[in-house]
Amino acid sequence: MKLPIYLDYAATTPVDSRVAEEMMQCLTMEGNFGNPASRSHRFGWQAEEAIDQARHDIAELINADPREIVFTSGATESNNLAIKGAANFYKKKGQHIITVRTEHKAVIDTCRELERQGFEVTYMDVEANGLLDLKKLEAAMRDDTILVSVMHVNNELGVIQDIATIGEMCRERKIMFHVDAAQSAGKVKIDLQELKVDFMSFSGHKVYGPKGIGALYVRRKPRARLEAQMHGGGHERGMRSGTLATHQIVGMGAAFRIAKQDFDKDHAHISALRTRLIDGIMKDMDEVYFNGAPEHSVPGIVNISFNFVEGESLLMAVKDIAVSSGSACTSASLEPSYVLRALGRNDELAHSSIRFSIGRFTTEEEIDYTVKLIKESISRLREMSPLWEMHQEGIDLESVEWAHH
Amino acid sequence: MAYSDKVIDHVENPRNVGSLDKNDPSVATGMVGAPACGDVMKLQIKVSEQGVIEDAKFKTYGCGSAIASSSLVTEWVKGKTLDEAAEIKNTDISAELELPPVKIHCSILAEDAIQAAIKDYKSKHGK
Repeated sequence: MKLPIYLDYAATTPVDSRVAEEMMQCLTMEGNFGNPASRSHRFGWQAEEAIDQARHDIAELINADPREIVFTSGATESNNLAIKGAANFYKKKGQHIITVRTEHKAVIDTCRELERQGFEVTYMDVEANGLLDLKKLEAAMRDDTILVSVMHVNNELGVIQDIATIGEMCRERKIMFHVDAAQSAGKVKIDLQELKVDFMSFSGHKVYGPKGIGALYVRRKPRARLEAQMHGGGHERGMRSGTLATHQIVGMGAAFRIAKQDFDKDHAHISALRTRLIDGIMKDMDEVYFNGAPEHSVPGIVNISFNFVEGESLLMAVKDIAVSSGSACTSASLEPSYVLRALGRNDELAHSSIRFSIGRFTTEEEIDYTVKLIKESISRLREMSPLWEMHQEGIDLESVEWAHH
Repeated sequence: MAYSDKVIDHVENPRNVGSLDKNDPSVATGMVGAPACGDVMKLQIKVSEQGVIEDAKFKTYGCGSAIASSSLVTEWVKGKTLDEAAEIKNTDISAELELPPVKIHCSILAEDAIQAAIKDYKSKHGK
């Protein structure tokens, strides 16, 4: 077993060696290096063929038509293209957009930019388990609502939103529906023949593909429209200009093809490790809280708060495992995760959370090591924590008047 | 966060962690910070009749630099008189630990903890 142990698969994944192998065939003079837009020679045709195959493989995983796939530089660009593109295209119909407080920054900040341009945005609260209350969402929908954007799987919590029902609600009202599926592709079955989703964002590097490549699904029937945000040679049916990056696209295609082939295997492997991790940590430890909705989650993401222990010191103590903390303790203002805050978790619990994300290459041995390390570190840090001491003495920390600084 | 070796050493091998008997009249306690802000420090000192700090213990809930700052001040205050200890400035702490600019507030908190403990001692002894 090699240290440190990588448990941050929700941040990014290593490229699967099978994927890297295919990518390497698309770079050098001997390989498939041509410009897929070159129509006059074999180099171009071969590159175009590789792109077509990748487009087909990506569409297969999500049960879409290959012509509905638009390549972008990643899920951030896909989110920008879908939200700004649709908002600008449909703005004569209305100027109201609905999204959620726990969305990725690529959605939140895009919506903030649209607000500056004159659109009105409603940011929905979530329930304590991270899920949307669909009745509240329904109440927020108005006659001038043109777009709803809801992420499929939350990157910090792993909770799965009910996009099937939300899609029905939007379609009934002729509202366009965008879904950020960066964290769900390959982890949750996605069937775009069934789902009433108009735009869906994907990323290559969350699915054992390369960074710097993503895709936006744009529905053909009924047709979803958007205004291009990148202008140029009219690539991707005019929706996203720029020479197609053959090696990146081939990598993403291979990654999605493998995600479909290995879906059941990956799911079973990761689910077993998740159970092992949660049981190991939650058993015989007090004041440990699971964040999210365990029964509506992808298995790969586990978010736990350790009360009375601060997040950064915990990360330093467990430096042999690579994880993420809900505490962004980099500024003087010490802002805890906005996602955990949106769940109504108090700041202390938000500060003391860790997101473990498990992937295809995680082993049982690594999980066992992690459980042991976490338990030792928590007890050591609690011995050092005045809050733990007060808790042990039966003092209610909520009743203490703290000197805020 | 790129910390100096000194911070990492204090975090991995904190000095003088623990509590002193708060019912002992020669022991004073300073507790500063707030959980919602991400750090709380408790500094306890045991003061001799001559006004010299004989022992110091700390407990800290906070980031690496908060732990290091409080661990460091327990080393520094030992053997000092109350007046000498009151002279310790946050800038001395941040310079010794080479704290990054965003972590200066941790050294300020450690200075506040010393002041709070001294104040507690003085109020206990009617000074």
